[in-house]
Amino acid sequence: MELFSAKEVSKTYSSQQALTNVSVSVEEGTIFGLLGPNGAGKTTLIRIINQITAPDSGSVWLDGRPLKPGDISQIGYLPEERGLYKKMKVGEQALYLGQLKGLSRHDAMKELKIWFEKFEITSWWDKKVMELSKGMQQKVQFICTVLHKPRLLIFDEPFSGFDPINTDLITREILQLKKDGATIIFSTHNMESVEQLCDHIALIDKSKKILDGPTQEIREKYKSNIYDIAYRGSFDLKSHDLANKYNIIKHEQNGHGNRLSIQYPDGSSSRELIKDLVEQVELISFNEVIPSMNEVFIKVVKQNS
Amino acid sequence: MHKILLILKREYTTRVQKKSFIFLTLLMPVIMAALIILPAYFASMGDEQTRTIGVYDGSAVFLGRLENSEFTKFQFIPRDEFVSSKSDIKNSNYYALVDIEPNFLITKTVQVLSANNIAFDLKSQIKDKIQGVIEKDKMAEVVRQTAIPDLEKKLAATKTHINLDTIKVGDGGVVEKSSTEIGMVLGYIFGFMIYLFIFIYGTMVMQGVMEEKQSRIVEVIISSVRPFQLMMGKIVGIALVGLTQFALWVILGIAILTASKSFYPSPAQAHQMQNVIEQQDSMQQAGGPELDKIQDLLAMVGTINFPLIIGCFIFFFIGGYLLYSSMFAAVGSAIDVQEDAQQFMLPITLPIIVSIMVMVSALRSPDGPIAFWFSMIPFTSPIVMMARIPFGVPIWQLLLSMFLLIITFVAMVWITAKIYRTGILMYGKKPSWKELGKWLMYKS
Repeated sequence: MELFSAKEVSKTYSSQQALTNVSVSVEEGTIFGLLGPNGAGKTTLIRIINQITAPDSGSVWLDGRPLKPGDISQIGYLPEERGLYKKMKVGEQALYLGQLKGLSRHDAMKELKIWFEKFEITSWWDKKVMELSKGMQQKVQFICTVLHKPRLLIFDEPFSGFDPINTDLITREILQLKKDGATIIFSTHNMESVEQLCDHIALIDKSKKILDGPTQEIREKYKSNIYDIAYRGSFDLKSHDLANKYNIIKHEQNGHGNRLSIQYPDGSSSRELIKDLVEQVELISFNEVIPSMNEVFIKVVKQNS
Repeated sequence: MHKILLILKREYTTRVQKKSFIFLTLLMPVIMAALIILPAYFASMGDEQTRTIGVYDGSAVFLGRLENSEFTKFQFIPRDEFVSSKSDIKNSNYYALVDIEPNFLITKTVQVLSANNIAFDLKSQIKDKIQGVIEKDKMAEVVRQTAIPDLEKKLAATKTHINLDTIKVGDGGVVEKSSTEIGMVLGYIFGFMIYLFIFIYGTMVMQGVMEEKQSRIVEVIISSVRPFQLMMGKIVGIALVGLTQFALWVILGIAILTASKSFYPSPAQAHQMQNVIEQQDSMQQAGGPELDKIQDLLAMVGTINFPLIIGCFIFFFIGGYLLYSSMFAAVGSAIDVQEDAQQFMLPITLPIIVSIMVMVSALRSPDGPIAFWFSMIPFTSPIVMMARIPFGVPIWQLLLSMFLLIITFVAMVWITAKIYRTGILMYGKKPSWKELGKWLMYKS
């Protein structure tokens, strides 16, 4: 079921086009990756979802009806540009932010206790924010974002400022939130975490959406007939027909593991490649190379420019 | 509304709990009290040391006729002692030496010699005593020559002190005693207080907005509340901080005033003292002018419409503060670093400074055209009108001024909220006036 959608959303800042007819649809209980180069319009879209700005045209929907001001309590937002009141105490501040999201003081306190114990940071409660390290502040901020149990969570670069251990902790928490039924919009430049977390992605470039679909499908779609092959025996590629017919990307021949990365041209097929290969060598493995999100990202954005 | 209250509460409590707030709130009346009490205290303990003045009377007019007072003793000394003391005045028995020349009645000049500069009090004391003796002699001579009975008493009776009562005639010929001096003092105090509060708390709003922008918390907050709620919560919260401080100062002020009264003679005590003086000096006429003044002053303070003044003060404080603090908030939202504030600050602070300058001239001529016009212009009216009110302002002028102020601050809050909304999310851009104008046009 669809939880959130934007339909034909456009936004212009004086002379600069921030979004042009962008539509996205986010299924309930999934993690949706919102990708794009710097300045593409992601932040504008996120701000529209949070009702910080309004679109010039188009509409935004939550739960099958237009988004309204009261929906703020259903959304949790961790902005990329984030911080806390430096001179305020951690606990007091978390309570304040929770109350701003509509929790009663009592409920906010109850939830905070659970989270602070889970993250083992109860001793920070009476510390001032400026006494905490950047990573510690980020943890507090993460808690403040999810405290009111929003149905829709928006994380903009949630891992920035975290060490690998804490990145791992937050990754697990995000997956747990998804398991508990939350829907997550996830914006990042870290493509590895996109592969790891996102069910679905949309890529925005120069104010337009240029790619949209399930992560796995998109990677499949951008594979380019490349195969990694391991074989026994030896043969000289150069003296052979293969080098003319196929694009040899990499060839390693030494004692035991001989490896070959090869790409067949459009119009050909993997069956033909196998047929040509088995005539020459004894195949041990034959794997199709699926591009990383990183490669997809670079390829798509380059094509668009 | 609930969220504005949450914001307001945070803005208020974090500031009121600050050490600097408590410190300043307590320290200010102490400083004021020190300024009032210390001079009185020092004056009261001042000359408790008995000083002996050596007098060489060459004219032989004064011998034994200079009366000692509590702390000043006159001792007549012969010529040779005078000379020896003069050569080493520091180690002599005398604090100062008075040299009355033999031909004093002609020259009318007396020399006072001392190691240090002598106090003004002592100087006039010596002068008055010498003059008193001469005047007495002359008077006796005149009385003797004219032989009019009771002449001495009749002459003394010619001494007159007049009181100038300024009377304000209100509607329907209602007569009230007014005091220009009291009007000026009150006008100045209230006008200046508004000036101070607009400045202190206006900048506090700007600092608060900048803090939220610099710490990058602002985006987190406006995903929960509308920017307008955040701005108004902050402005109203800080206004309450200001009113709290004002209330505390009034309370502390009253307490200190009560305490400081013990250093000054009360009117009753003053009356007693007056009686003592009158008894001592039969030439003195009854009813000292000083006492009259105090009684007049008290009577006139009673005629001042304090509820009106306090009411107007609160209105003009809130109106002026809203007008200016919303502009300060817009500036705070537009800039990333304090240094960029300068170019935007000047146009805001200029009218405030002009107000305080106009206020001074308005106090001298509260019904003049300058006072009138500047008390109508909303940017200057809170200060200038406040200065005029103790003198009495026609009701239509007061209402018109209030009306214009309300319209202007509503418009200003509306405009600045638009700039604020865009400004708080803009980073890394050094804004210009043109840029601010553009932000005004953005759709929300």
